[in-house]
Amino acid sequence: MNIVEWLPFSVLVPLIAAPVCALMPGRTVPWLLAFLAALTSLLITAIALPVLWQGEISYPFGNWPPPIGIEYRVDAANGLVALLVAAVASFVLPWARTINNFEVPERQGIFYALFLLAFAGLMGITLTGDAFNVFVFLEISSLSTYALIAHGWDRRALLASFRYLIMGTVGATFLLIGIGFLYMMTGTLNMADLAERLPEVRDTTTVRAALAFIVVGLGLKLALFPLHLWLPNAYAYAPNFITVFLAATATKVALYVMLRFVFTVFGYDYSFFALPLTGILLTLAIAGMFAGSWVALFQPNLKRMLAYSSVAQVGYMVLGIALATSAGLTAGILHLFNHALMKGALFMALGTLFWRVGSVRLDDLSGIGREMPWTMTAFALAGLSLIGVPLTAGFISKWYLIIAAMDAGQSWLVALIVITSLMAIYYIWRVVEAAWFSPAPETRTPVSEAPLSLLIPLYVVVAANFWFGIDTRLSVGGAEAAARALLGGSP
Amino acid sequence: MRTNGILRVIARFLIPLIMLFALYIQFHGEYSPGGGFQAGVVFAAAWILFALIYGLDAALEVIPERAQFVLACLGVLLYCFVGLLGVILGGRFLDFRPLLDSPHAAQQTGIVAVEFGVGVTVAACAMLFFTFFARRKREIDAAEAGDDA
Amino acid sequence: MAGLGHFNYWVVVILMMIGFYAVIARGNMVKKIMGLNLFQTSVFIMFISAGKIIGGSTPVLREGVTVYSNPLPHVLILTAIVVGVATTAVGLALAVRILEAYGTIEDDELIDPAEQSPDETQPGMSSGKGDTSA
Repeated sequence: MNIVEWLPFSVLVPLIAAPVCALMPGRTVPWLLAFLAALTSLLITAIALPVLWQGEISYPFGNWPPPIGIEYRVDAANGLVALLVAAVASFVLPWARTINNFEVPERQGIFYALFLLAFAGLMGITLTGDAFNVFVFLEISSLSTYALIAHGWDRRALLASFRYLIMGTVGATFLLIGIGFLYMMTGTLNMADLAERLPEVRDTTTVRAALAFIVVGLGLKLALFPLHLWLPNAYAYAPNFITVFLAATATKVALYVMLRFVFTVFGYDYSFFALPLTGILLTLAIAGMFAGSWVALFQPNLKRMLAYSSVAQVGYMVLGIALATSAGLTAGILHLFNHALMKGALFMALGTLFWRVGSVRLDDLSGIGREMPWTMTAFALAGLSLIGVPLTAGFISKWYLIIAAMDAGQSWLVALIVITSLMAIYYIWRVVEAAWFSPAPETRTPVSEAPLSLLIPLYVVVAANFWFGIDTRLSVGGAEAAARALLGGSP
Repeated sequence: MRTNGILRVIARFLIPLIMLFALYIQFHGEYSPGGGFQAGVVFAAAWILFALIYGLDAALEVIPERAQFVLACLGVLLYCFVGLLGVILGGRFLDFRPLLDSPHAAQQTGIVAVEFGVGVTVAACAMLFFTFFARRKREIDAAEAGDDA
Repeated sequence: MAGLGHFNYWVVVILMMIGFYAVIARGNMVKKIMGLNLFQTSVFIMFISAGKIIGGSTPVLREGVTVYSNPLPHVLILTAIVVGVATTAVGLALAVRILEAYGTIEDDELIDPAEQSPDETQPGMSSGKGDTSA
């Protein structure tokens, strides 16, 4: 089977499944359709990944050769991210079935259709090699996400979704402006072709402005401090399935797009020296790390706490990239992969707790560890991964980040990484302490443990955290191959 | 607005013309400005004009909401089906060359079919926007009346 | 005045700033959405102005014409316009729902979600507290 011919189907199968799913009645059929579509994408991207480590794949749509036509151009970098997105969707959907029957009981055909559109949009962003195609798929996934977040049970989900809509559209429009400037200067939209034509027109204000607009627009989408204001409420009030999916995929894909533009299209030597991108990204990354971790310490709503923690983790990823070295880039991409596992598991545990208890506030969850021990243990284990305890995936990415910082001569960054990890210890410990060492509130009726249909997918993701903390061939190997592909040979 | 004579006469005259113009834009999209998006919106505008003048219920009898929803999905599926046809007949996705013998005719047919799918979806979606927004107040009042009763 | 030939781009900048100001400074949600539309429209004008070639005619293939304007920006902007319409639709739908849930769409009167009283909980499996949300 020639994987080149099948690669775009990882986008097309969910995309075609979406309108079909919208027409399906009931609850089981839409879920099944979504699950099968996600599995297909996972299968295709998993088969493609080893091929991508050898070289890149190009699929021209309509047989129009690039740069005339739109092509999907996949190398080790976007192959890894595509695999991540498909894997997250496939592993979370079995868990999500019970959760969604509780939280979104009506019109599930439309709900899963929106999910499939968001999923197809994210896959499309990852696989495409055309700049404008990135914008179109970005908007497809973003619009579906706004609608999905608004399904939350709390009416504040509507406000969160509206805020995300305004900020997200501004970000996407900035990206469009940047792409427009690039098109005006070079006459092409194909990313590989842009990379070839940009060096001649590099020193113009237009191209510098294009880089600035693109970085800011994508910074909004990936929740780079201070453009992260939409994220806490959007994650906190969305339905739990959507929170898990978004936390594990949306910001990662936006980060990938920024890497693609900064390293492949504009070129490493231009991006970091024409604009003071290193300094700016470094400052914002550190600010994000501290601001995110600090605010997370005081949040009573656990989903919001983890959302602020995500802002901090995005700070780690951008820190790795801002170092502008191959080791830093590897560390950033590695953390991109591992963080999806960590946050996925954490939010899944919280969603399971919500399913039983009806609340995600710390006060309401006191003493839950005695009533739902398996779920809380999963939360604690995933929390260990977030902190960066050895044998977990989190440790691997923090280790690589610290090594990269020391290699780049910025040893003071190591101190910052350690301090924010200590803050993470505190906010995870808060939850563990309240769950096991505090009495249950009187207003809560006793609950029993979650059923296996929820626990098994949860533990699969938790186990993945430990698997990738021990066997790092896929995560580290993939990140290194991705960094090599992005840097294209330059150091 | 049903009782306003001027509006009724003009509407009765204009709505079919608007729909015809929409079809004209749809199928002339390949060699003059036009195509699926514009045609869909103009077609929906004709239906919305009808709804404004004769009332939403009358308009929903002409094109019921379920039909609008199904058409929106079917338009996308038509687009994807034409694309898949290219794959089934041996080419890439959205490759129109294998569809017919003459490459010129094949491109033409492919583009027209794909744009038709787009037009159907855009028209259905624009009509759905209007339907959902226009019915909202009525739904909320009915829900409240149901709660009180 | 740097070239009245750049009139299009002046319009782009002015519209973009007006739209952006409306998004940031206006509290009413519908005004924010309209500002977003203005902002996007200015970007469309910028793209299309860039596509026009001086001396080029409309990009419809016919005899006797050698220089055509670039049709690609038009196609891109068509897609972007549809995206803008969809965004407006989703935004307005959210505004209608917010109006029903809160009774207002003015930012000043809407309480900041973070400061509101404890999260409303869904009538959960065994939850004894929390009222049903709107």
